[in-house]
Amino acid sequence: MLVLIRAVIGRDLRLAMRRQADIVAATFFFIIVVSLFPLGVGPDADQLRKLAPGVLWVAALLATMLSLPRLFADDHRDGTLEQLALAPQPLGLIVFGKVIAHWLVAGLPLVLLAPVLGIQFDLANDALAVLTLSLLIGTPALSGIGAIGAALTLGVRGGGVLLSLLVLPLYVPVLIFGAGAVDATVSGLGPQAHLSLLGALALGGVFFAPWPTAAALRIALE
Amino acid sequence: MLEASKLECVRGERRLFAGVSFRLDGGEMLYLQGRNGSGKTSLLRMLCGMTPAASGEIRWRGKPIRKLGEEFRSELCYLGHQNAIKEELTPLENLLSAARLAQEALDEDSALDALEQVGLHGREDLACRYLSQGQKRRAALARLVHEKRALWVLDEPYVALDTAAVDLVARLIGAHLQRGGLTVLTTHQSVAVPAGAVRELWLGTEEAGDARHALTEC
Repeated sequence: MLVLIRAVIGRDLRLAMRRQADIVAATFFFIIVVSLFPLGVGPDADQLRKLAPGVLWVAALLATMLSLPRLFADDHRDGTLEQLALAPQPLGLIVFGKVIAHWLVAGLPLVLLAPVLGIQFDLANDALAVLTLSLLIGTPALSGIGAIGAALTLGVRGGGVLLSLLVLPLYVPVLIFGAGAVDATVSGLGPQAHLSLLGALALGGVFFAPWPTAAALRIALE
Repeated sequence: MLEASKLECVRGERRLFAGVSFRLDGGEMLYLQGRNGSGKTSLLRMLCGMTPAASGEIRWRGKPIRKLGEEFRSELCYLGHQNAIKEELTPLENLLSAARLAQEALDEDSALDALEQVGLHGREDLACRYLSQGQKRRAALARLVHEKRALWVLDEPYVALDTAAVDLVARLIGAHLQRGGLTVLTTHQSVAVPAGAVRELWLGTEEAGDARHALTEC
């Protein structure tokens, strides 16, 4: 089982490395969107500190959305998805591997960039740490939940827009608890409660979402 | 081993075929024929369990494939219209990763040997997007060289291949049948397979769009 998951992750990472334009595009999108806010809002430090968690989290959601449509579309087009579906293991396990690979490629860079980008918003050190931690816990949930949407819109014309309409509402709890954790730190309440709930969402997203995703993929392959 | 009884395929509002039944034992090949759009690919996908049949049942070793699930899939090798080849990977990487995902033991030496047999010697380390259509098909067919699973379902395996490669694939299928394997394939080229018994199944006839079929034994 672990061998299979590792094989899927290894394959997807190798493919991503051969096609770096995708990773770079989503990462730069995140950097640019976040950097536009201080320029647009003006240099008022108090206001920026208030905006920071929301801006970073919304930008992270949108950057994840950018890379989601290709999660299964390429495999679907060249027929490898059929082979994955016919593999002698549950398709859910393969999807689990793909979700992890997607997070490593699309989620982890955002987490690593967040502390640097947070400086633009004059965030204090503890708030920066909580922001990074909340993204670290929350972005796997984005990949997991997003996979369901990507599978449901597979092969649909104009699937990208439909995918956003389908998935963004499901991201709302992640956004609320993620940005809330940073707000709670700034206001002195402590981020534990928000982070625990975020962790629950991430576990749910990563471990339960692959199964409905696998069911949706089987329907798409019929 | 593989039995189909009274299969019916409905695509949208159209009934492609109905009442298709056949039985295939070890060492036998089913040669599926029919016009374009007569439902050959649909029947193959049904046999793999990807598309559910509108009615009828498919049994493998006496048990319905729906119930067998993973047990059936571990004995099935499907090669579809699409090559299932990643353009970014080299033929060698494609072959190894396909084997790993199917949880088959395939070491690098036998993978290189397979690629050499299908005539891709010297192209192992070239990304597949630089290969021609026929070479991509050869890279996909390299899977069959060391394939030991019992049931091969091949959708137009000879497309885009030159005559030498067609002969090679026919030989591979022949060797597979000799080992006691089963093959179901569609093709519009008549290619003689060197060994094994061949059954033919015709899907659809010209009249009235009414799906009929005939099973002949050679």
